[in-house]
Amino acid sequence: MSPKNAATAAKLNITAGNRSKTVEMLVTGVLIACSLVAILVTVGIVFSLLFESIRFFERVPMSEFLFGTKWSPQTALRADQVAAEGSFGAVPLITGTLLISFIAMCVATPLGLFSAIYLSEYASKRTRNWVKPLLEILAGIPTVVYGFFAALVVAPMLRSTGESVGLNVSSESALAAGLIMGVMIIPLISSLSDDVINAVPQSLRDASLGLGSTDSETIRKVILPAAIPGIAGSLLLAASRAIGETMIVVMAAGLAANLTANPLEAVTTITAQIVALLTGDQEFDSAKTLSAFALGLLLFIVTLILNVISLKIVNKYREQYD
Amino acid sequence: MTSMLTTPTRLRKSREASETRFKWFGRGAIAISLAFLVFMVGSIILQGKGALTTSEIAVTVDLSAENIDPNDIEATSFDSLMKKSLRETFPEVTSRGDKRKLYGLLSVDLGFELRDHILADPSILGGPQKLWFTASDDADLVISGSVDRDLPEDERRMSDLEISWLETLENNDSVNRHFNSKFFTNGDSREPELAGILSALMGSLLTLSVCFFVSFPIAILAAIYLEEFAPKNRLSQFIEVNINNLAAVPSIVFGLLGLAMLLNTFGLPRSTPLVGGLVLSLMTLPTIIIAARASLRAVPPSIREAALGMGASPVQATFHHVAPLALPGILTGTIVGMAQALGETAPLLMIGMVAFIADVPTSIVEPAAALPVQIFLWADASERAFVEKTSAAIIVLLVFLVLMNLLAIFLRKKFEKRF
Repeated sequence: MSPKNAATAAKLNITAGNRSKTVEMLVTGVLIACSLVAILVTVGIVFSLLFESIRFFERVPMSEFLFGTKWSPQTALRADQVAAEGSFGAVPLITGTLLISFIAMCVATPLGLFSAIYLSEYASKRTRNWVKPLLEILAGIPTVVYGFFAALVVAPMLRSTGESVGLNVSSESALAAGLIMGVMIIPLISSLSDDVINAVPQSLRDASLGLGSTDSETIRKVILPAAIPGIAGSLLLAASRAIGETMIVVMAAGLAANLTANPLEAVTTITAQIVALLTGDQEFDSAKTLSAFALGLLLFIVTLILNVISLKIVNKYREQYD
Repeated sequence: MTSMLTTPTRLRKSREASETRFKWFGRGAIAISLAFLVFMVGSIILQGKGALTTSEIAVTVDLSAENIDPNDIEATSFDSLMKKSLRETFPEVTSRGDKRKLYGLLSVDLGFELRDHILADPSILGGPQKLWFTASDDADLVISGSVDRDLPEDERRMSDLEISWLETLENNDSVNRHFNSKFFTNGDSREPELAGILSALMGSLLTLSVCFFVSFPIAILAAIYLEEFAPKNRLSQFIEVNINNLAAVPSIVFGLLGLAMLLNTFGLPRSTPLVGGLVLSLMTLPTIIIAARASLRAVPPSIREAALGMGASPVQATFHHVAPLALPGILTGTIVGMAQALGETAPLLMIGMVAFIADVPTSIVEPAAALPVQIFLWADASERAFVEKTSAAIIVLLVFLVLMNLLAIFLRKKFEKRF
């Protein structure tokens, strides 16, 4: 190799070294950018909801939105029409959402918890391997399917059952939507509670059994108390799912904004109203359209708080005994 | 326990009883949940079965030159020729109202179908031919038995007279049921007997492709950064909290984001798979990131250390050695995320993918429907036959979901490596 060639080679080597360093930095930069997307999405959600909500609250005072009890968003036909802007009291929507979520939790909590207890404490490994994935199927079925089933099969069934015992059940009752939503969140509760129950150390079980208590006594008096914070976390997460669920309530609960606690009557929810306000033709500047974003902001804040609390609790108690 | 030496005391008996009871509560909870699953899927399959077959009615049409000019086929009024042939089949029908009912036995597309028959095989021209035509939705429900013929007349859509016509046709071997291929080859239609899911399927396919090509690379790279490169500082922690929270944000909120940002601020075209796919990709991002991180974590540090020891740079060690080993797990997570995206409806409603779309979309910037949205639309339609169509569309959706999940399980089983 002539000296000249060696020099070129050395030079090439140096540039190659530099280049690979640039490549490394470039790649790292791209990687960081990609992980910042998650933050960008959150920021995007917060800003788009906030921005449109502020425009809404310029037209409708926030106190009316949060404490008003009448929800009838109208678009004015004439400028001088009486109540041209409609009324935007979100209380009936909030109570409707809570009523349906409450029914759902009443269904899902016992079923989910007992399934989790049985699977983690009693079931053989074989049964567990079969039953757990089967339960997870319930979580994998699209919510539009649940909505269809609730509206088409469950609601008429409740109605005819109600008629036969002399009750007047609305064809879009809160009960039908709540029952089906409850079934949908069973696997969420059961799999999270299962994790939490499994994290309770074996020594607690052994100690309790060694003192002569039966399996069920051990579960009720030792394991559940030890797991209760984690279970509460999983219930909160499930409640947040129920509050944010859309398709089931759109299809089965209807749009009548009734302020009622009677599960046999029709109620509407925050999510169902957002869909009703934003599908179809819309002028983007009306209070009617903007109110959907205010509802969205409300929904986002409530579910965010529930999620943050529950994720903290679940993560803490999942690992507490490790 | 009764075989024990001491006779069971009352307390012991009650403790044993409560033990058994408790166990049965657990079994009962699982049984109720699974029974519901079977009941729901079963009833949908039973209902959807009807839409997978369709009825045809044979009508003898006189295709002689007197009715159709062989040199100029297109000039024929196919509709009136069909109506005439129907009248000739039932010469006893005379009143206007009855005639309209008679035409109603066949789908509104009867003229087009005759034209298609002739264009497919021009040799049938010249004389009377017995040809098969799609029955209308109401006739189909009666023929298939979905609507009971013995119901009182005012509780069904078809009158006794129409049913008697159908029975005459059945006795003449002029009614036929076969697999409903139209359901898979047609787009949406206002007529249940002609409505199909092809346009919705294509819409879903395009939407999912956009979703995949956007979310998959971003999610993998984000996961690699967080798992392999990120320093343990506030920013990394903040990103992590963000991802976990995004996974639990209600899907409709993503729809609102799409509406406000993508449609109104950036002005992307409404109702298109492009926007739908972007919105869904934001939703699936956390799912894929979480799965990808878990499978990157499962790659043992020895692989990394060996690569670094041989002089590879951190980027080379990651991309040449760690990431390929984690790929099966990442793919599994991605498929699960895509399956979720396939069933997602609410955010698509927000960005306007609820329009009536009969044409099959061919690009991502054309308005399109998606399969779950089609289900939502049909579930709202008033015709009785759309209930069957909705159930059939749900079956198709569930079949796709099952296939995707099976693929994920297969990948996991086949490439699962224990280090």
